[in-house]
Amino acid sequence: MSRPPVGDWSTDFDHLDPRWIENPYPIWETLRAQCPIAHTERYRGVYFPSTYQDVRAVAYDTEHFSSRRIIVRETPPPRIPAPPITSDPPAHRPAKNLLLPAFTPDAIKRHEPHAREICAGLIDRFAGKPGCDIAVDYAQEIPARIIAHMLGLPDDEGDRFRKWIHEILELGITEPAAVMRAIGESSKYFQAEVEKRRAQPSDDLISYLAHATIDGAPLNEDHLLGTLRLILIAGIDTTWSAIGACFWHLAQHEEDRRRLADDPALIPTAVEEFLRAFSPVTMAREVIKETTINGCPFKPGQMVLLSFPAANRDPAVFPDAERVVIDRKENRHAAFGLGIHRCIGSNLARMEITVALQEWLARIPEFRLDPAATVTWSEGTVRGPRRLPVLF
Amino acid sequence: VKVDRGRCQGHARCAALAPELFRLDQLGNAQEIGDGTVPDALIEKAYLAKANCPELAIEVTET
Repeated sequence: MSRPPVGDWSTDFDHLDPRWIENPYPIWETLRAQCPIAHTERYRGVYFPSTYQDVRAVAYDTEHFSSRRIIVRETPPPRIPAPPITSDPPAHRPAKNLLLPAFTPDAIKRHEPHAREICAGLIDRFAGKPGCDIAVDYAQEIPARIIAHMLGLPDDEGDRFRKWIHEILELGITEPAAVMRAIGESSKYFQAEVEKRRAQPSDDLISYLAHATIDGAPLNEDHLLGTLRLILIAGIDTTWSAIGACFWHLAQHEEDRRRLADDPALIPTAVEEFLRAFSPVTMAREVIKETTINGCPFKPGQMVLLSFPAANRDPAVFPDAERVVIDRKENRHAAFGLGIHRCIGSNLARMEITVALQEWLARIPEFRLDPAATVTWSEGTVRGPRRLPVLF
Repeated sequence: VKVDRGRCQGHARCAALAPELFRLDQLGNAQEIGDGTVPDALIEKAYLAKANCPELAIEVTET
């Protein structure tokens, strides 16, 4: 779809502009220097804070900024809850605490052997070939299979899950019908899975949530289905994007690639730096009470694009912010958010990214971008490579 | 070393970087181990944990 071109990023930005999708970092750098809180009349009014401090201020301020809408869309669909990500205090805390025990580092460690098995199996498929598309053949499959396993779903339904994700997070920004279709289909799908487990409980997240209670009461149907949809969506394309971005960098930076291949102990530190430099997730908030941040008034009813990726490129907090420094020691990045909505899956994502790099670099230490092919990026809420053809 | 439990959101960076000084509860939120006394050999790790906490929830006090 063609959109009116952006003239001035500080008063008319558009996060669906091809330049923003292709390479947003120079745009954000300019904004940080000229107009740290940009605004656009598009999407019925959106603010864009580009500094770490302003992003942090909005993320911490749940009184003026609500999570009831977390995606900037041209036409918002009816409010569809997905607790806890769409919850505000006080409902947020109990909804989140229900999920946290399944996602602690210790709980996630139990899934690590399975993640290694998945990565090794995927690499077996293309290791003997001249190259592959890392985004399609590798990165997208790892989180889809792990989260399916955690939920208790078949591990070969990635295409179906990714279609819903694409409809909700990308197409749905401009086509409300796509969101409603994906919500309808996924609700029906999860409803059937919940029924199965009510008849016969099993050892998976769907069964756990189908039998969970808050203050002694079972979750209502909207809460239950919304949370299941959230786990599926948030568990897949985010980590898919993060893994892809690591490989995009390594395919172009021989020195970093060789250093990690030779010294795998450095990988977890490098993962934090990749998460900082290529943070995939931009959330949004709805302004619900008038307030002022950094001298800029925020009007109720408008949205805020809460760009953790932009915060993480702020040179006021990260020296050499535009450079990828794989052994960066002090890295207080906000890739998983700040404040009460810290990503529940952060420990899972870290494990998956680390394992994906370790398994790959042990088998295929040499690879480069395919000069004949084009890298493409997703748009909107989650940013990562969707096509990443490489040669070995 | 002390974790401000009101600020901690469970990023778990401290427990990854300095497991001798921090542990996580059943929700994944951090607290200091014991009374938070840092042996000399771990002082650098205590500051590393502080420098990597996105919520600024870690205090290091020199006595």
